[in-house]
Amino acid sequence: MTAIRCIDLCKTYYQGGQEIKALDHVNLEIAGGDFVCLSAPSGGGKTTLLNAIGGLDRPDSGEIWISEQRIDKLSKSELAQLRLHQIGFVFQAFNLIPVLTARENVEFVMQLQGVPTNKRTKKSKLILEEVGLHGMEDRRPADMSGGQQQRVAIARAIVSRPTLVLADEPTANLDSHNADDLMKLFVELNQRHNTTFVIATHDQRVMTYAIRLIRMLDGRIVDDIQQHTT
Amino acid sequence: MCQLKILIMLAWRNLWRNHHRTIIMISAVTVGVWAMIFMTALMRGMVTDMVRDGIQTLPGHVQIHHPKFRDDPSVNNLMLTTATELNNKFGGIGFEAWASRIRVPAVIASERESRGVTLFGIDPAAEEPISLLADDIVEGRFLRDETDSGVVIGLKLADKLDTKLGKRIVLMSQDPSNKIADRGFRVVGIFDLDLDSHEESSVFAGRATIQKMLGIEDRVTEVVFLDGDYRNVDSLYKKISELAGPDVDVQPWYKLDKYLGMMLNMMDGFVLVWVIVIFLTLSFGLVNTLVMAVFERIREIGLMLALGMRPSNILGQIIVESLLLLVIGLTLGNAFAWMTVESLKGGIDISAVAEGMAMMGASSILHPDLQIGDVITANIVVLALGFLASLSPAWRASRYQPIEAITKV
Repeated sequence: MTAIRCIDLCKTYYQGGQEIKALDHVNLEIAGGDFVCLSAPSGGGKTTLLNAIGGLDRPDSGEIWISEQRIDKLSKSELAQLRLHQIGFVFQAFNLIPVLTARENVEFVMQLQGVPTNKRTKKSKLILEEVGLHGMEDRRPADMSGGQQQRVAIARAIVSRPTLVLADEPTANLDSHNADDLMKLFVELNQRHNTTFVIATHDQRVMTYAIRLIRMLDGRIVDDIQQHTT
Repeated sequence: MCQLKILIMLAWRNLWRNHHRTIIMISAVTVGVWAMIFMTALMRGMVTDMVRDGIQTLPGHVQIHHPKFRDDPSVNNLMLTTATELNNKFGGIGFEAWASRIRVPAVIASERESRGVTLFGIDPAAEEPISLLADDIVEGRFLRDETDSGVVIGLKLADKLDTKLGKRIVLMSQDPSNKIADRGFRVVGIFDLDLDSHEESSVFAGRATIQKMLGIEDRVTEVVFLDGDYRNVDSLYKKISELAGPDVDVQPWYKLDKYLGMMLNMMDGFVLVWVIVIFLTLSFGLVNTLVMAVFERIREIGLMLALGMRPSNILGQIIVESLLLLVIGLTLGNAFAWMTVESLKGGIDISAVAEGMAMMGASSILHPDLQIGDVITANIVVLALGFLASLSPAWRASRYQPIEAITKV
């Protein structure tokens, strides 16, 4: 089953009077349960593509389909609903709400979804254990390391079993040890829950974990390789 | 419900992120609300004193006259019914108080001066619960009964006439056949009122004595009623209108004394303007606080939008934050205002400006009058205007594009 389909996506930015083609006629299809890395140098278009797939940014032209639903024409509110119920996000930084504890951050999305309190508590406890944060449920982001914060963000991204997890440079602020741990966790979650993962990165170590590696340059896909996981 | 809970939780915690700013803003709202309520209570107390004293000086709550009396307040426009008939009509109804009087223009003359005055012929027993005259006697005594042959005059009038207690004066008026009716009286009492104009122009004598002087037998010119709260006299007015019938002119106090009626209406309007002006000043601080709070949290707002929070929930969160701030300020402001008013229950001595206050009919002791209606008005205005003031920053926050907000530096 196709999880993501992008047809002829174009997106142009203007910076200092200069035209920058962030997406230049991108065509892409990602199957459900796939583990994909989007790799590109800075300004190559990987984050723009990721944001467009996640409904955070609109393409100038082209179509985006998520699980057989066309999303590029949806309203702001419909996109919010789509993100809430079908997509989990992990960003490079500022992933967590500082005034909420780890458990509350994980429960945040479920709370918006209207999941009852007892179910929420049970699920958040389990998922925090799964990402190795047992005993840290009541800590606030300021009291956690960068790696621990990213784990909370991952727990939040997958707790409500979205069909798709989008991660933008998730290891950028982590040391190599924490980055490896995080990628192993992604792979494990991908295999266990069959969740589709799309990770934008320019970190070579992260790319080695991908089943499929898509390379971009100047807004175009220049390489699309199926590779084995490590 | 779930969403409302998280909105309130986020708003509450965000409020205390920058607790210095929050405490300053809450203090400003508290002081503003305290000022609104306490100053309103002071002004209300002053006006209540003036109106109550004014009403209890003579007008009562409702009066009945001959239909032409208000245009021509003379003995020619006596009521058609006699005092005895009025007693039969209203005596058993159970009003708090009522009295029938004679009120005619007259001239009072001492051995040195003469002045135009309004002469009241009253029944002191019936008049006692209606007017405070007996309490305001500063020399001599009040009238003993309606056949009393003495007069009671004001301190200022005594001064103008260059007369004093025990001296004789002459009162002159017209009888129904337009002939001069006069009689000598001895000054048996001198009163001192807050309202100078009454003190200078009102003269009181026994009703039967004046009826005899004017040759009007048992007739009177007005009947005055007092019952319940002076603010709500409409039911009393209606009741008396039905009882009195169509041949008389029935009027509530605020139409008889337009100055007092206007004071009350003006005060209601003034309270609202005062409360709004204070809050408008406060609202600049509130808007600034919210704008800063939103500005500092742009990336968080972007994150919440990216995670699927609806823009309307972002709007709600900022508004809830503003309302929480206002509710805390309101609670403290109300409590402090109440405590201040309670501690000043005995009154505030403003005798330093008593001369000016007396000109308006107010006493030199100011009693703050905390009315629940004023408190409700202040609270509603603060919440309603606070809600409106928070709309702009909240709206801006809800319009952010998630990705632009997340990447904002």
